[in-house]
Amino acid sequence: MLELVNVTKTFNPGTVNEKVALNNLSLRLNDGDFVTVIGGNGAGKSTLLNAICGTWKLDCGSVVIDGKDVTALPDYKRAKFLGRVFQDPMMGTAPDMEIQENLALAKRRGRRRGLKWGITSAEKEEYRKMLEQLDLGLEKRLTSKVGLLSGGQRQAITLLMASMQQPKIFLLDEHTAALDPKTAAKVLEITEKIVSENHLTTLMITHNMKDAIRHGNRLIMMHEGRIVIDVKGEEKKALTVEKLLEMFTKVSGSEFSNDRAILS
Amino acid sequence: MLNSLWSALPGAVAQGLIWGLMAVGVYITFKILDVADLTVDGSICTGAAVCTVLIIDGKPVAVALIAAVLAGILAGILTGIFHTALGIPAILSGILTQLILWSVNLKILGKANQSVSARAYDVIVSQMQIPKACIVLMIVSIVLIAFLYWFFGTELGCSIRATGCNLNMSRAQGINVNFTKIFGLALSNGIVALSGALLCQYQGFTDINMGRGAIVIGLAAVIIGDAIISHFSSNFVARLSGVILGGIVYYIVYQIVIVLGLDTDLLKMFSALVVALFLGLPYLKSKYSKVKPKKGEKENA
Repeated sequence: MLELVNVTKTFNPGTVNEKVALNNLSLRLNDGDFVTVIGGNGAGKSTLLNAICGTWKLDCGSVVIDGKDVTALPDYKRAKFLGRVFQDPMMGTAPDMEIQENLALAKRRGRRRGLKWGITSAEKEEYRKMLEQLDLGLEKRLTSKVGLLSGGQRQAITLLMASMQQPKIFLLDEHTAALDPKTAAKVLEITEKIVSENHLTTLMITHNMKDAIRHGNRLIMMHEGRIVIDVKGEEKKALTVEKLLEMFTKVSGSEFSNDRAILS
Repeated sequence: MLNSLWSALPGAVAQGLIWGLMAVGVYITFKILDVADLTVDGSICTGAAVCTVLIIDGKPVAVALIAAVLAGILAGILTGIFHTALGIPAILSGILTQLILWSVNLKILGKANQSVSARAYDVIVSQMQIPKACIVLMIVSIVLIAFLYWFFGTELGCSIRATGCNLNMSRAQGINVNFTKIFGLALSNGIVALSGALLCQYQGFTDINMGRGAIVIGLAAVIIGDAIISHFSSNFVARLSGVILGGIVYYIVYQIVIVLGLDTDLLKMFSALVVALFLGLPYLKSKYSKVKPKKGEKENA
């Protein structure tokens, strides 16, 4: 479903701030995989998602989505295949637009946007039902501006938006990190539901090791722009935080450097 | 004194309507697209110049107006290309186009000032027939607001609004934000050029300097309109109507100030200072306002 081949990206090459963010990284996701991604600060987790989304040009390597080489496509054209939820709840929605207008924007992802109405009355009913499923009371607030909602509500809406149109790859970039623990748990629950109902191939970055272990069928850990640990199936089910830390120290030769991940 | 103000009022309303239309163009870039576009200082004159030349050439006013709008659209596209394809900051892109237009406008007009008197030509608005001008301008305003209401409800219009709201989200939803920015700038400058084409007919001439400071008047109208209308409604039609109302209020205040005997040389300075004050207010508010505890909360704390 997704294939990254020898992807390399260096920021600020040739300067003192040179940083190899992705180092000859290869990754292959099968249809329906739910992969959790974990790693220390600056390990290249977000850079990995940006490489898939086409935020900038790669130094070398290629990105193949569903058999189609998208390496040369700009981000807005790749968006057709992707659903993305950002870490910052402010980033995934248009605050000055209504809830239903935001959903309608997502519904038209990958389609030509012409002079037809931006939202139809049939859609409004559809969106009301979708929002009902979230169980956050948003179905009564279709015409509220998204800017008035809480971070958790906004992330829930972004999840709906990203999962619309059956994306080939569902990308979650620490999407619960900015939320309080209770809201984060609720948003994760919604995530799990959306992923399983739509059978989405998912890549979820998380700062929380327990979440990374609990969710998905495969776990990868990144360090200095490479994938250093890749655990699947039964082996992943038996994983614990202690084991993971031990494995990390062994492969990287250093202590895990993300306090947030260990403490939470 | 009141008499002279009273007699100047209809003229102020007509001029306010024309500048209100121009401010609607500014509203599209400044409020919807979240870009401060200085192209307008040039494109208002471009609209006027194209219209003037074509009317003098004997073309029907409708043709002259359409040509003026197209010229404004081209100016907007140029700014958009500077901004998106060349990565030049939006403000600088506008300034560059503005300067280009100064030369272009001179070439279109052939000289720095060209009269297009209502006595000699068949124009649709003129300060010699102010009541008629007001009615025509009202109709133009209503048609324009209706058009924009429809347009910003379409898929394309929504994608332009989203672009102004949140660039990251727009890209993630597959919107080509470079295209929507160029489109918004083109639409805005088309409207600004239309107001220029109406202005040259109304005042009976086009002057190469007529656009100087237009952006400030446009922003003033947008701010005044927002201040008046936001108390009543957040509806899009109401907001656009508010912008036009803002233009009218601006010109009525302008007249009052003139009647009071203020040195007209200073008017632009005062306009700019008032706009600066209003643009700065939200910042000052957030910096100096303290969250006051509500009554009763202190005891519980």
